[in-house]
Amino acid sequence: MKLWPTLRATLGVILTVGLTWALDTKLGQAPPLGRFLSPFAGFWRNMESGAVAAQEELHVPGLRAPVQVVFDQQRIPHVFAQNDHDLYLAQGYLTARDRLWQMEFQTRVAAGRVSEIVGDKALGLDRYNRRIGLPEAARRAAVAMLADSITKPIVEAYCAGVNARIGELNRATLPFEYRLLDYQPEAWTPLHCGLLLKLMALDLTGRSDDYRMSNVRARLGKAATTDLFPDYPQLEDPVIPTGTPLDFTPVKVPEAPDATETSLQAASRNSLARPFKAPQGNYGVVGGLASPVQRISEIKKSAESAITAFNITADEQAAIGSNNWAVSGARSATGYPLLANDPHLALNLPSLWYQMQLVAPGHNACGATLPGAPAVISGFNQRVAWGVTNVGADVLDYYKIEFVDRARTRYRWDREERRAELKIERIKVRGAADVLDTVRWTHLGPIVQDFAPRDKPFNAQAPPGCALRWTAHEPANELRTFADLNRAGSYAEYVRALRHYASPAQNFVFASLDQDVALWPNGRYPLKYPGQGKFVLTGSTAAEEWAGWVPHTHNPHVLNPARGFVASANQFSTDSTYPYYLGWDFASYARGHRINEVLAATAKATPEGMRALQNDEVSVGARDLLPTLLPYLPAPGGALPSEQTALALLRRWDFRYAPDAPQPAIWEVWYSLLQDAIWQDNLGTDPADPTAPPLRYPARDRTRRLLAEAPDSARWFDDTRTPDHRETRAELVRRSFRLAIDSLTRHLGPDPAQWPWWRQRSTDIKHVALLPGFGFDDVKSGGGAAIVNATTERTGPSWRMVVALNPQRPQAWGVYPGGQSGNPGSPFYADQLEHWRTGKLYPLLYLLSAEEPDARVAGRTTLSE
Amino acid sequence: MLRRFALFLTLFAACFVVQLFVPWWWVVAPICCLGGFWLGRAGLPTFGAGFAGVGLGWVLAATVPWLLTGSALPGRVAELLKLPGGGITLVAMAGLVSGLVGGLAAVTGWWLRATRGRGTFESRHTTTVE
Repeated sequence: MKLWPTLRATLGVILTVGLTWALDTKLGQAPPLGRFLSPFAGFWRNMESGAVAAQEELHVPGLRAPVQVVFDQQRIPHVFAQNDHDLYLAQGYLTARDRLWQMEFQTRVAAGRVSEIVGDKALGLDRYNRRIGLPEAARRAAVAMLADSITKPIVEAYCAGVNARIGELNRATLPFEYRLLDYQPEAWTPLHCGLLLKLMALDLTGRSDDYRMSNVRARLGKAATTDLFPDYPQLEDPVIPTGTPLDFTPVKVPEAPDATETSLQAASRNSLARPFKAPQGNYGVVGGLASPVQRISEIKKSAESAITAFNITADEQAAIGSNNWAVSGARSATGYPLLANDPHLALNLPSLWYQMQLVAPGHNACGATLPGAPAVISGFNQRVAWGVTNVGADVLDYYKIEFVDRARTRYRWDREERRAELKIERIKVRGAADVLDTVRWTHLGPIVQDFAPRDKPFNAQAPPGCALRWTAHEPANELRTFADLNRAGSYAEYVRALRHYASPAQNFVFASLDQDVALWPNGRYPLKYPGQGKFVLTGSTAAEEWAGWVPHTHNPHVLNPARGFVASANQFSTDSTYPYYLGWDFASYARGHRINEVLAATAKATPEGMRALQNDEVSVGARDLLPTLLPYLPAPGGALPSEQTALALLRRWDFRYAPDAPQPAIWEVWYSLLQDAIWQDNLGTDPADPTAPPLRYPARDRTRRLLAEAPDSARWFDDTRTPDHRETRAELVRRSFRLAIDSLTRHLGPDPAQWPWWRQRSTDIKHVALLPGFGFDDVKSGGGAAIVNATTERTGPSWRMVVALNPQRPQAWGVYPGGQSGNPGSPFYADQLEHWRTGKLYPLLYLLSAEEPDARVAGRTTLSE
Repeated sequence: MLRRFALFLTLFAACFVVQLFVPWWWVVAPICCLGGFWLGRAGLPTFGAGFAGVGLGWVLAATVPWLLTGSALPGRVAELLKLPGGGITLVAMAGLVSGLVGGLAAVTGWWLRATRGRGTFESRHTTTVE
């Protein structure tokens, strides 16, 4: 009789304990369901209303005196501290309160430690980021910032602030993503600040064409490569206006080693590249190729496997860049300089930037900060304003290493042998055993890819058996630059601040109340012979190594040019008279040229005009090329009705990439197919073979020149895959146009007037961890790559700022595609998105004291120990 | 009937209050087990009291702040977990999951007491008086 009750009770205990355990355990990808779903301890606790506390007192350990924080309607904190220590402690604390998970996750990406959280699916990413030496670079950066008497206390206070926030976390305040992914934050250290800066360096300078260019040269030969990939474009409008005189005596530039082919170049012909197999599919048949619509989705698919930094692929990385400019007081309606900046980066949520005003005795800076780094990065104070865009200089080179032993521990260098340092990377993997990886460090840098890949490589741009030489590995103290800029009051102080800056090189635009406008493409540039590092270099001779550094005062720069404005948009820094070689492949001149032409035509610039220019949608690329192609159409055999309509639309196009305009969709698909038609036979990468040595197409400027100037039967127009037929330019232009219309018809319907650009281009703003439902897909916006409003599929203006300096107080406007809060349960997660999408800016609140009344003040908080 | 309602009310109140102060969600299991042990009457009603006592608490504690904040988070989480019906489904899931644990724990408590051979509340009470 007693057997059944005992059995029943035992079963009950087992079931209850088992169910509870199962619901408290992370099973597979799902979070621990019981813990996650609990409204007392789970994700529901992250729900927030839009209310900002009118009066609040918070206790933050480590503060020396009370700190006043004013929150405005966008919940931007305006921090008033009584000393610098408290200012940066409060910055760390407040940033972590809104963005802790994001800042910590980004540093885990840089450290190669994502597998610890998500398991082996991040192993490729972790291995890659360790093999390119990001953690080591961050360690060196942390040492540099702690060795400086100015930045050491700043960084330490900032870390203390972040840790104060981590220390007070509880089940109510733990950020959502920690619950979802089931882990806890770790203490914040100066190394974390370094990791964040190095992730930015990777994002902005981590691309390399060396391997692809070596493969191109092995395939086409030297003459054709030089012809198709010139060191300077035909159309250019450089950052430093042509004719700006040098104010320094150049140091001796190294000479190129013997012009005859080096052993490596010979080797590269044999081993770096393999014969190219033509892709399947015959170009002669319409529909025989994958449609361009599929091509765009292909790019998106590859994002899942080859994310390099901030969730974008190496291809998408090519679209990042930025605009900035400053207009002198003489040309502005206010009589004082105007400055604008919009950095184009991956569009992610939580937003990359965090707006703040940072005030302590002696300085009052406002603008965009990077969560995880102290001080304002792009902003202004009472006397000056500054902003940054990327410099496309070649600061990353690969060197082929000749190992002499089978274990590959010793390599040849000049007449000696050197020993490689073997570093063991231990990658912790959630739910699996640790993975060990041996990285060989040469005196030049680490070997990123040991052998030719047998499978799809994580980053196809990394050549096998080559050491990475990269400025990001050089210890420098970039934080000092920003700390000093926050306090700067004059041009001289701005230049002094820039001396500390190394990587990633930036075009620092500047304006001051002294009526100065200036621009320095500033960073640490290796002293190179012309063309050095355009191809993979040989690592076995000293003659191929970087010869030193361009002295800081020789960095390109311009102060108060006669034209009355300075501007940069990632194009070449200088004209060809600049004495140093910085690189051969900068962004197209299109954006920079458009900015210059608009500013040159504006006699009295206004802040509203600056806002409008940031949202300018004119494509200089289309304007340069389309008129030379239209005469070939329609084909003599007649045109289909949809082709006629499309052609009529293109003929009356004003080259604007408006969201609803159909012409950008037609032109982009057409140009992309035309480019393939010209180059794919010779320079296409075989999609069927992921391990094939990668190649690349010439720059847009060279393709344009070919189409505009070459004879109709030029060699490159012929498709080498059709030996019995010689194609001409007219044929390729017509065929690609027909294919584009056919493809768009299948994708968007038969009426070309109904092919809005925004649907074809489709901008997605994604959660940093790519969580479905936590981003915004298919955001309707205009602009595109190489357009001032540089909104592409996954990148775009991550922050737009306009500043009008004024002796009373600076006026400024700003917006970014997101919001102040990193919490997806907060209304401030993406509240600025709609303003950003429609090209509007918020007036930025700039307070002179914490007590100052203003209608935009939403709440006041006091922080004290 | 009244007693079963008492068990439900006891579990509802005890679990709700304790969860406000204790960080572990699974604390509902021992509470329900104890409740089932002391106040249980029969298998099914005890399970029901535990299920409703815990589940209703979770449904209320999720719904009220959701209505007050109007947060988009439950909708986003539902999309992430590929659940049809949005945040409502998550509320139901929270109620179901917690209810199952509560119900199972409560009935286990009742079954544990039954191993003493005094199968019902009445018999135990009578025995004690004797």
